[in-house]
Amino acid sequence: MKLFKNILESVKPHFIKGGKLEKMYPAYDAFETFLFVPDHTTHSGSHIRDAVDLKRTMAFVVIALLPCIIFGMWNIGDQYFKAISESSDFMKNFIFGFWKFLPLLIVSYAVGLSVEFAFAISRGHSVNEGYLVTGMLIPLIMPVDVPLWMLAISVVFAVVIGKEVFGGTGMNILNPALTARAFLFFAYPSYMSGDKVWVHGAGIDGYSGETILGALAANTTSWANLQWSFNDALMGFVPGSLGETSFIAILIGALILILSGVGSSRIILSTFIGGYLTALLFNLWGVNVLMSTPAHIHLLIGGFAFGAVFMTTDPVTATQTNKGKIIYGLLVGFFAIVIRVFNPAYPEGMMLAILLMNVFAPLIDHYIVGANIKKRLKRVKV
Amino acid sequence: MSKNSFLSKKNKMLLSDPLDDNNPITVQVLGICSALAITVQLKPAVVMALSVLVVLSVANVVVSLMRKMIPSRIRIIVFLVVIATLVILVDQVLKAFVYDVSKELSVFVGLIITNCIICGRLEAFAMANPPGKAFLDGLGNSFGYGIILIIVAFFRELLGAGTLFGYPVLEKLGVYDLGYENNGMMILPPMALVTVGVLIWWQRARNEKLIENE
Repeated sequence: MKLFKNILESVKPHFIKGGKLEKMYPAYDAFETFLFVPDHTTHSGSHIRDAVDLKRTMAFVVIALLPCIIFGMWNIGDQYFKAISESSDFMKNFIFGFWKFLPLLIVSYAVGLSVEFAFAISRGHSVNEGYLVTGMLIPLIMPVDVPLWMLAISVVFAVVIGKEVFGGTGMNILNPALTARAFLFFAYPSYMSGDKVWVHGAGIDGYSGETILGALAANTTSWANLQWSFNDALMGFVPGSLGETSFIAILIGALILILSGVGSSRIILSTFIGGYLTALLFNLWGVNVLMSTPAHIHLLIGGFAFGAVFMTTDPVTATQTNKGKIIYGLLVGFFAIVIRVFNPAYPEGMMLAILLMNVFAPLIDHYIVGANIKKRLKRVKV
Repeated sequence: MSKNSFLSKKNKMLLSDPLDDNNPITVQVLGICSALAITVQLKPAVVMALSVLVVLSVANVVVSLMRKMIPSRIRIIVFLVVIATLVILVDQVLKAFVYDVSKELSVFVGLIITNCIICGRLEAFAMANPPGKAFLDGLGNSFGYGIILIIVAFFRELLGAGTLFGYPVLEKLGVYDLGYENNGMMILPPMALVTVGVLIWWQRARNEKLIENE
C-alpha cells in the first residue's frame, strides 16, 4: 500500500492543472480513488462525506458475487468432465473452470474499462466506478464457450449504447450487463441458446448440455421425468451460465447484499414473490410443460434467481421509491414467468423482463411520487 | 431573377444545407419509418433514395408552378394528388424495369406518399418559392435523405449479411475463416434505429451549429 501511495504521490504533479498530462487527470483520479479513500472535502453547505462511496458500494456487490463465482468455476469443470465421462476431483474441476472463466473476465474488464477511460478523458469527468460490477456480471451470465471477440463487441455495445450515450453511470436506463447479454442473444443466437453452448465439450459423444429450462421449453418431458433432482437445481449441479446455476450461492450473495444495505430487500423479495405467484397461477392452467412445472422449481431454474438478486437491484435502473420497488419487483417476476411459459423461443424470460421493467421504472416512480404529493396536499386543505 | 444567379451562393445553400446542417432525417427527424424499414440492404435503399429524389424534386416543381392557384384551404389535398400521381408513376417504372427490387420494397414505395419529408418540403418551401429554387430544394433534401439511407444500409448489410449490393465482400476477404460471424442483430429494425442514433450523435459532436444553447 505504501508503495502505491508513493508512486501515486510522485506522479501526481504531472496530472494536476498545468501538468504535462493534465488531460489524463480522470485516469489518475480513477486509480487514486480506487486504491485509497479520497481526501475530497465539500466546499459549500454542511455535508458529511461518508467513507462508503460508490466505489466501495460496488466492492460489496463484487464480494456478494464471490460465492457464485467460486461455485460457478467448479461447476464448469464438473459439467465438462461429466460430458466427456472422465472422473475428476474438486481441484481439477475448479482449476478447469478457472481457466475457462479468466479469459472472459479479462476481456470484459479490459474492453469495458478502456471504453470507460476513453469517455472519461474525452469528457473530462472522473471514471465511473459502475463498470467494476458490470464487468464482473457480464462473464457470469454468458455461456462458457462464447467467443471472446463476441464478448468484446457486446461489452462495447453495452457500455457505449447502453450507458455512455445517456451520460454514463447513474444516467443509464438499461442495465448494462443485461444489455450486453441481450445484444449477443439477438446478434448471435446460435452461440447464446440451445443445448451445445452451456457445457464446454457438449456435443461430443452425443452428450446433451441442455439446461433445465431448455429441456422444459422443448415441451416433451415434464420436470418430474427430468434427470435432475430438486437438490441438483437447488445446489446448482446443472448446466447453465457460470453464475446462474446455484440457488444456494445466489442466496448467500443476496444475504450479503441485504445485510450490507447495498441491495434492496424489497426488490429481491417482491421479485421472488411475483414470480412464485405467477407460476402458481399458470399451474392452474397448465397447458404446456413449463406452465405445469411446480412454482418453486421456476424460481430455481434458469437465470431467475441470479437476475432477481444481482440484476433487479441495480440502484440506477431500478425504481427509487419504497412502494415503487415492490411494484417493480412483482412485475419483473410476473413478466419473467409470462415470457417463459408463453414464448418457447425465448425461455430465458428473466433478461427480457428486467430490461422491460428498467424502461418502466422511472414511470412507476413518477406516479408514486405524484400520488404522495397529492395525498399530502389533501392534508393541507383539511 | 437573372439566369446567372441560378447557382448563386444562396441557391447552393439549398443543395448543401440538407446534407448536413438541416438534414431531413438526422436533424428534422422526418422520414424515419422508411429509413428503418428498407435499410437492411443497399440495393433497395439506393432505389428508395432515387424514387424519393424523383418524387420530391418533381412534386416541388409542380406545386411551385401551381402555388398561386392553390387555395390554401385545400392545399394538402392538392399536395397528395400530386405526390400520389408521381408515386404511382415511379412504382410502375420500378415494376417494369427492376421487378425484384420493387417486390422487396413492396408497400414502402406506396408509402412515399406519406413520407413527411415530401409533404413538409411542399408546404414549407414549394408553396413560397419559384420552380427553379423549389427544384434545387427538392434535390438537396432528397440527397440529404438518400445519403443517410445509404450510410445506414451500408453498415447494416455489411455487418448483418456480410455483403454489399449482394456481393459477398467479407467472404472474399476471408474473415469467416478467422471465426467471424454475421451479426443477426443488424438485420433487425432496432439496430437501424441505433445506427441512425449513432449518426446523429456523431453529427452533433462534429457540427457545433446543431448544439442547442440552454
